[in-house]
Amino acid sequence: MPKLHFRYEVDGDDFTRAGEASSKLKQSLKQLGLSPQLVRRAAIAMYEGEINMVAHADGGVIDVDIDTVAITIVMKDTGKGIEDIGQAMKEGFSTASEEVRQMGFGAGMGLPNMKKHSDYMKVDSEVGVGTTVTMKISIADE
Amino acid sequence: MRNNHDNNQIFHSVTLDPDKCMGCVTCVKRCPTEAIRVRDGKASIIGEYCIDCGECIRVCPHHAKHAAYDTPDVIKRYRYSVALPAPALYGQFGNLESTDIVLNALVAIGFDEVFEVAKAAEIVSDYTRKIMEEEDNLPHPLISCACPAVVRLIRVEYPELIENLHRTVPPVELAARMAVRKVMDEHPELTRSDIGIVFITPCPAKVTYMRSPMGLDSSEIDAAVAMKEIYPKLLEHMPEIAETYETSLPELQSAGRMGVSWCGSGGEATALLTESYLAADGIENVVHVLDSLEEERLGDLDFIELNACAGGCVGGVLTVENPYIAHTRIQKLRKFMPVSLNHFECGQENLIKDDKPLDYVDYVAVQKLSEDYEEALSLLERMGEIEESLPGLDCGACGAPSCKAFAEDIIRGKAKQSDCIISMRDQLLQLAEKEGISESFIPRPFRTGEQE
Repeated sequence: MPKLHFRYEVDGDDFTRAGEASSKLKQSLKQLGLSPQLVRRAAIAMYEGEINMVAHADGGVIDVDIDTVAITIVMKDTGKGIEDIGQAMKEGFSTASEEVRQMGFGAGMGLPNMKKHSDYMKVDSEVGVGTTVTMKISIADE
Repeated sequence: MRNNHDNNQIFHSVTLDPDKCMGCVTCVKRCPTEAIRVRDGKASIIGEYCIDCGECIRVCPHHAKHAAYDTPDVIKRYRYSVALPAPALYGQFGNLESTDIVLNALVAIGFDEVFEVAKAAEIVSDYTRKIMEEEDNLPHPLISCACPAVVRLIRVEYPELIENLHRTVPPVELAARMAVRKVMDEHPELTRSDIGIVFITPCPAKVTYMRSPMGLDSSEIDAAVAMKEIYPKLLEHMPEIAETYETSLPELQSAGRMGVSWCGSGGEATALLTESYLAADGIENVVHVLDSLEEERLGDLDFIELNACAGGCVGGVLTVENPYIAHTRIQKLRKFMPVSLNHFECGQENLIKDDKPLDYVDYVAVQKLSEDYEEALSLLERMGEIEESLPGLDCGACGAPSCKAFAEDIIRGKAKQSDCIISMRDQLLQLAEKEGISESFIPRPFRTGEQE
């Protein structure tokens, strides 16, 4: 079964570059001929994750695997971690700094949006160690 | 020129003069949709990707890129001709006291009548204000359909946003439709083919629109003359006309500030009297806004106005004056104009709306590598490997804008890996080493630098 793997490095604290990885992924998904709706969902989910990595975790690494069943996005950072995942998943909850909010980010919709646009999402986090978010977007019914 | 577009063949108004093209990669690098490649020493345009924005015309140092349009002589073809000046025309002239001087000059060069596009623009604005207030199920945000290059870009790259496009005809088409009705009413002796509706265009994208309008079966515009071609002809008559201004000049001005302001970025949006709008101009900015919108990053907005050219239509590649200078002139001109002179009237719906419901612009998935998903997966993987093996200089010497685009061309069978001159350099060096030839015999750009 053909399988594709991409790796993207995300730079911390550089908001001007946030979105580069999701835009590259978007391009690739369009080349695969996936439906515009699916491309959009994947791009949004990954963009939100990228912003989180930049804003909270000083960057990280994103691994994307694409096969005939799903797009799997694994976003891994070694940042400060999430204390209460349940609370972080709530719409509107935000720990973003004033500086980040002034740039128009930090509305507390990042994780909820990632969940909304993926078919499966898992957040593993340990305070002081880092966070790994795994998302799957199914392409089986394409 | 009506009814002559072929559904399978995309008409483009941007053309190349092969005698002038040097095969440099200036246009290749600047094309926003990566639609140009140099093949056999000449630039060639990939039709499916081209949005007729005219950037290549703007940047070509050898003036080898042209727009196809009609010459001012086209009016001789018709018994009765109507000029449709885009408002950007008014900004082309210095020290203009009134738009009436330009409008009368159009009559002086042979047009039987003038119908301002700005007039139709005011009606579109009024109609849009009305539906934004009254209709609950409007797409949110509404995206302007006035710039055909943007509409084409959305069609090629942002199919998810097609449903957000404003479902009206652009002001120039409404102007054409209204002008045809007016002339037919006032001159029953004329048939439709006697009448020539001639648009004075600031850009090639609007010429393309006339030939193959999106959302319509055919356009009522019969010909398009470039602003820069009509400019010297108008200049000949304007001093004389200006002398009689305020005494005996017929008043042709039919639009107010709102209509005329459509010539610049933000003009269309501000006429909607809402603060909740975004107006972006210049193709890079347009792309950025569309990306953000597609990924739901823009928040709540009522309206988005996008112009492919910097400054808006005054920045069109067929205009004469710098867009910012032209805009300043129009600012002065409109100072004494009434706010708006035209309003939407009941019964005009069928004039203002596009013909084709919903599937307004068919989404063309031009980017997919294969119809078969599994095959596309392996092709994309192979493409990544090829890209990895390329030098990553994006030099353009292979004729593609970047190594990534080149890798895609190879995958699509449109290029060979050996087209890369940097790879050729490596082969040359290997050969030199094998034959025992010193690097000093190899041209400097081809040396590795290790033996310097």
